[in-house]
Formats: sequence, structure tokens, C-alpha cells
Amino acid sequence: MEISLTLNGSPVSLTINPGDRLLDTLRYQLALTGTKEGCGEGECGACTVYLDGLPVNSCLIPTYQVRGHRVETVESLDPGALEPFERCGATQCGACTPGVVMTAWWIRQHPELLGTHSIRELMAGNLCRCTGYDGIVDSVAEALRGTGGKRET
Amino acid sequence: MLASDGAAIPMAGGTDLLVHWPVHVEAHERTYVDLSPLDPLKPLRWTADELLLGGLTTYWDVIRDARAGEEFPLLVDAARQVGAIQIQARGTWAGNIVNASPAADGVPVLMAYDAVVVLESRRGREEVPLDRFYSGYKQMQRRPDQLVVGIRIPRRRYAYQVFEKIGARRAQAIAKVGLAVTRSGAGWRVVAASVAPTIRRCPAVERLLETGAAPEGPDDLLPTIAQDVAPIDDIRSSAHYRTRVMARVLYHDLRDFWGQRA
Repeated sequence: MEISLTLNGSPVSLTINPGDRLLDTLRYQLALTGTKEGCGEGECGACTVYLDGLPVNSCLIPTYQVRGHRVETVESLDPGALEPFERCGATQCGACTPGVVMTAWWIRQHPELLGTHSIRELMAGNLCRCTGYDGIVDSVAEALRGTGGKRET
Repeated sequence: MLASDGAAIPMAGGTDLLVHWPVHVEAHERTYVDLSPLDPLKPLRWTADELLLGGLTTYWDVIRDARAGEEFPLLVDAARQVGAIQIQARGTWAGNIVNASPAADGVPVLMAYDAVVVLESRRGREEVPLDRFYSGYKQMQRRPDQLVVGIRIPRRRYAYQVFEKIGARRAQAIAKVGLAVTRSGAGWRVVAASVAPTIRRCPAVERLLETGAAPEGPDDLLPTIAQDVAPIDDIRSSAHYRTRVMARVLYHDLRDFWGQRA
């Protein structure tokens, strides 16, 4: 089947199978390999992308459900988005990092969420097996204080 | 489509259906009906006497609704403990009901608020109180041609309400024991998760609360709890642990209420 969506700000049309997962479409059909597969069950958050502006697990989304919608992947972020994570020692093997950075920059775009939620709660859907979480939480706090990250287009 | 193909599966957020999708080869052969374009089912609505969740209302929709946090705080408490934002943004309350997991987080709080499931098919509309919706493990009062189009929650004044989820960790965990307790003009509601083949109310515990008779300690609650639940040993916990934890959590939560009576 043929579908259209807005991907990282640009209109895209492609042919998919109804059973394709968004994660696989992004990685194998569109060569956007920044999005990683971790657990494949919606727990680890390595495959986090934005769907209509909200972080979601792309391993749990049939690609046909995003027809007509807006999807953003880690490739839409400015490379500078990584800086707070490098400074705070919040990266090691890198498998979780794209997802972590996606959720972190979503929080940065919605600082009002910190009126009801802690950084830790908002980051709970991104598991990291290397660094422990203090560095990640510090990085998000630093990102919230700083500027940049989202690519200006 | 649901009517003509008795095996077709309605899909909302897909957060249950897509788990380990590539290896669930047998699931690939089934027919799915994508509900996601049905915009009228998305919003939640407030009326003078009820909160109506749509068939596609997500956990995040409720978390972001300030009035839900004031009037039905347990909905928000439970929603915030379903996975994390990535799941909360996609998972729906109706999906939680029809997935029928005995360990669901959304169902216990809906049941403790006397929610009513609104089903629709070509044959018309039907309403089933959630506490009568399940008849056994993954068995429910829904025909294959029926779609959950809404969930009605009566607006009441609550004198007491608490939701507890005991899991291996605070986030991204499935409940070993879940508990939702409310008290309104309609009486006490005690709903337990992960301790029976379905989420269910605990009528014996509710009767005990109505009498006001105070237990001396958590262990005093065990015989009453035993009338209401039938936990099993599984990968997440043991029947013994679940029962004891339920007694302790219940006793701890209600100590103030019982203390006032003593």
C-alpha cells in the first residue's frame, strides 16, 4: 500500500506492507538508522521518535498508522543536542542514546511538564544499561538551561 | 467489517498487539481494523454528571487534563504508572479494558470509579458496568462485532481514594499487585489487580469496610482477602507474596480510617 506522511519536516510517499513496523520502515526503507531497536516490546525506548510531537516507541507502531501524520526522528535534531550528554558522562555504548536524546529534547520543548513531572519520571521510558541515570538526568537539566538542539530550518 | 469478519481485531494504539511483532508470525495472518483515523473517539468530554472517555482517549490525554487530576486523581495516578510517556502517548483506556490483562493499571481505577463500558455495533448500543464486564481470564462481555466507543465515569464526591501499584521497579513494570480503593455516597469500592484471573472488585473487603470493624493488623485481613482473590505463582511473583502484600498495603492505606473507629 502507498502512504504519505511528513517526515522530519518534509513530505514523503512510500510503499509499505500493512505489517511493517515504523521502526523497520525508518531504518531499512528510509535508511534513517539513527533510531535503534532495543527490546522490541516498548520498554527500553531506544526506538523513540516523535509522532505528532509526542515521544512514542516506533517498534510498537504499524507504519500504516502514521499515514497523514507527522514523524520526527533523531536525525531531525541538531548534532549539538548531544553536547550536554557528552559533558555529563551520560553516554557509553550509545545504544540508548538516540532515544534518550529524543525524550530529553522533547522535555526541553515542553518545560511546563516539569510543573507536574520530574525529569526522572519523564525519562523513565528510556533504559540505559551503561551509565546509570544520574548523568542522563543531569544532562536533561543542563539541556533545559541551555539553548540550541533543535535544528533551525 | 468487525461484523463480517468475526476474527478481526480492532487496533487502537497497538501497544499490546505490536509487542515482539516480528516473531509473532501467527499474529501476522490475522485481520486488523485500524481505529486510529476515528477522530470523534479521541477526546475526553465532561458533562454535568460524568466524564466520558472516548474509545481512543489515551493515558496522556487524561494526564494532561487538569480537571481529571482534581476530580479523578486515581485515573492520573494509574496512567502515570503505565509504562512511560512513550506508552502513555499511544495506549488507550479502552484498549486496556479489552486487552483484559489481570495486571492492567487502567482498569482497577476505572472500576473503582464505577465506570461503564459503552459498546457499539450495527445492532446498536449497549452499556455494561465494568465490574460485570469480565467473566474469566481474557473473557468479556463483548461480541466480536462490538467496539468500545466510550467509557462513562459518574462524577461523585469521594471521601477516600487511593491507587497502589506494587511492581519490581517504579516505572516500566507490570503489577505484582494493584489496588484501587474509593469511598463515595455509593459506598466503598475495593478493586484488586494481578491477584485473580481478571481485575475484580473485592466484595468481602468492601463489606468489612462498610462495617467499620478495624483489624488489629495486616494478617487479620488475610481471611477476608482470601474470599475475594485467587492469586497464582508466576514469573512476576508468588501467590503467597501477592496475598500478603495486598493485606499489608490495604492495612497501611486504611489505617487512618480504621484508627478513627478504634
